[in-house]
Amino acid sequence: MMVTLIVVSVVVFLMARVTGDPRSVLISDLTTQEQYDAMTEKFGLNKSWSEQYWIFVSDGVRGDFGVSTRDGLPVWNSIKDPLKQTLQIGVAAFVFALLIGVPLGVLSATSRGKASDQILRFFAMIGQATPPFWLGIMLIFFFAVKLGWVPPSGRGDWKTYILPTVTLGSFQVATNLRFVRSSMLTVLGSEYIKLARAKGVSRRMIIWKHAFRNALIPLITYWGVNLGTLIAGSVVAEVVFVWPGMGRLAYIATSSGDYPLLQAVVMVFSVGFLISSLAVDLIYASVDPRIRRG
Amino acid sequence: MFRRNFSMLFASAIIFTVIGAGVFAPWIAPHDPRIGNLEDRMIPPVWVEAELAPTVVVERMDLTISDAQITLRQAKKIDASYEIGDQLMAPIKKGGTRTYLLGTDIQGRDILSRLIHGARVSLIVMVLTVLIGGVVGTVLGLIAGMSGGFADEFIMRAVDVVLALPLILVAMVFVASLGSSFELIILILALTLWVRYARQVRAEVLQLREMDYVASARVSGASKARILWRHLAPGVTNTVVVIATIQVGVVLLVEASLSFLGAGIPPPNPAWGSMIAEGRANISSSWWISTVPGVAIVLTVISTNILGDWVRDKLDPQLRQLN
Repeated sequence: MMVTLIVVSVVVFLMARVTGDPRSVLISDLTTQEQYDAMTEKFGLNKSWSEQYWIFVSDGVRGDFGVSTRDGLPVWNSIKDPLKQTLQIGVAAFVFALLIGVPLGVLSATSRGKASDQILRFFAMIGQATPPFWLGIMLIFFFAVKLGWVPPSGRGDWKTYILPTVTLGSFQVATNLRFVRSSMLTVLGSEYIKLARAKGVSRRMIIWKHAFRNALIPLITYWGVNLGTLIAGSVVAEVVFVWPGMGRLAYIATSSGDYPLLQAVVMVFSVGFLISSLAVDLIYASVDPRIRRG
Repeated sequence: MFRRNFSMLFASAIIFTVIGAGVFAPWIAPHDPRIGNLEDRMIPPVWVEAELAPTVVVERMDLTISDAQITLRQAKKIDASYEIGDQLMAPIKKGGTRTYLLGTDIQGRDILSRLIHGARVSLIVMVLTVLIGGVVGTVLGLIAGMSGGFADEFIMRAVDVVLALPLILVAMVFVASLGSSFELIILILALTLWVRYARQVRAEVLQLREMDYVASARVSGASKARILWRHLAPGVTNTVVVIATIQVGVVLLVEASLSFLGAGIPPPNPAWGSMIAEGRANISSSWWISTVPGVAIVLTVISTNILGDWVRDKLDPQLRQLN
């Protein structure tokens, strides 16, 4: 994981170097040679790439991502708040997807073949095929414009959280549902469930105590894979709902060529992804005794 | 059984329609997808009826009460005999016309034509990215699984890095500096798709190469390349096909997201994602501009997913966890 982190930092660093020059957005016809040199000095562009990389990494681990080329303020200042906002809707969407998707998956598996199963699978199919940004626009149209129940965009009281959470979570609800369903069906078909049934254990006990807990284990590893889609979704959802988070910040940073800011945003997302996959591994190990001992 | 057949029928019908529309776009699209007629802006789909209201014919619109007025020029278009001061029922909201079956957008471009040409754009992106990603990923997966050692370590590390990088942001960075282009979007998508193949193919090769038939090939003096090509590659074909069919829907969704953010297909080329973005600002007055391409995306992705599930169940039910 450390190696991955280092390679990611090199890639992010190189990406920012080869795609352009931060000075280009600041100079005009009136810029003197002295001012240009001062800028070069300030951003450290007179140093070699290896030196620049070292500064980027050594400051980065201390939480110092340099100063923004746009407003000259430390990058960390402009990241702190958006990071909080993104985490808020990210966590909300995750919990939403868990609370809705997992029980529905169990219901779908236990009523296999019945009408409720077919309806749930139909909706899961639609959920997995709907682009989040389009769903967001449609939700704004119906619930904000037509019905006026919630504000169309921006961040404020609890009402403003509903649409972004649903938008971001809908895809995950569908994947959780499908995954839990197929995982439950696998477990319910296994020998020890047959044994429990033969012993006369109640249906409820079999489903929740014997099957459900084992069916959840593969879901945990699946979260790791799903984090990527959650991150991608947060960028578009934030743009749709004008949510002051990391996704919108990245959008602004790219359009203004603010490389220090952009580097920091991409780095924070990548580190976040690596930390979450590590967390997923740890949770997995603590839930599955076979791995814990091994 | 009936339900399965029905959903397969539905999925194939949609997929054939999309492929047909994409292939024959220039011949079947009724209008130019890139150039619109500004007089026909924001016309709703054909089934939406015009909203009529009593209006008075005037020389010039009075901005404060313009809802109840119609200019002489417009009235003459309805019937040449109207004069100033006449009263008539005139449309305050346009209705749909046969000329534009699915309506028009802000620039007066026919949405149906843009949808048809958009299908072509999506098809090209899907086919190319899945093909490039599939070939590169399979080859790298074969090499990693077969040779082990440094090459294996290197390739698998690259997989980890690609998975850790936020694709959408990376695409935005490149588009912001290099400008958006077809080649760039296909490159970026293919760059992120190959990892799924590489991982799965490597895992399967690790199992396959311990098989007796591979061992006997080795003993009989077959070269490494021959074992790889003749004995291992055919063993992973099913896996590769299954991943490819599953990825088609994913590609469509990611490409739409990128186009929506302005980091995808460069305008004025019609792409479904950017069509949705263009209608966003006028969603309250002209809902169809965003809704129509969105429905197209949902239907297409559902169909490819149904087809993907079917292919997976046919070829290798063991791969269920891949969905």
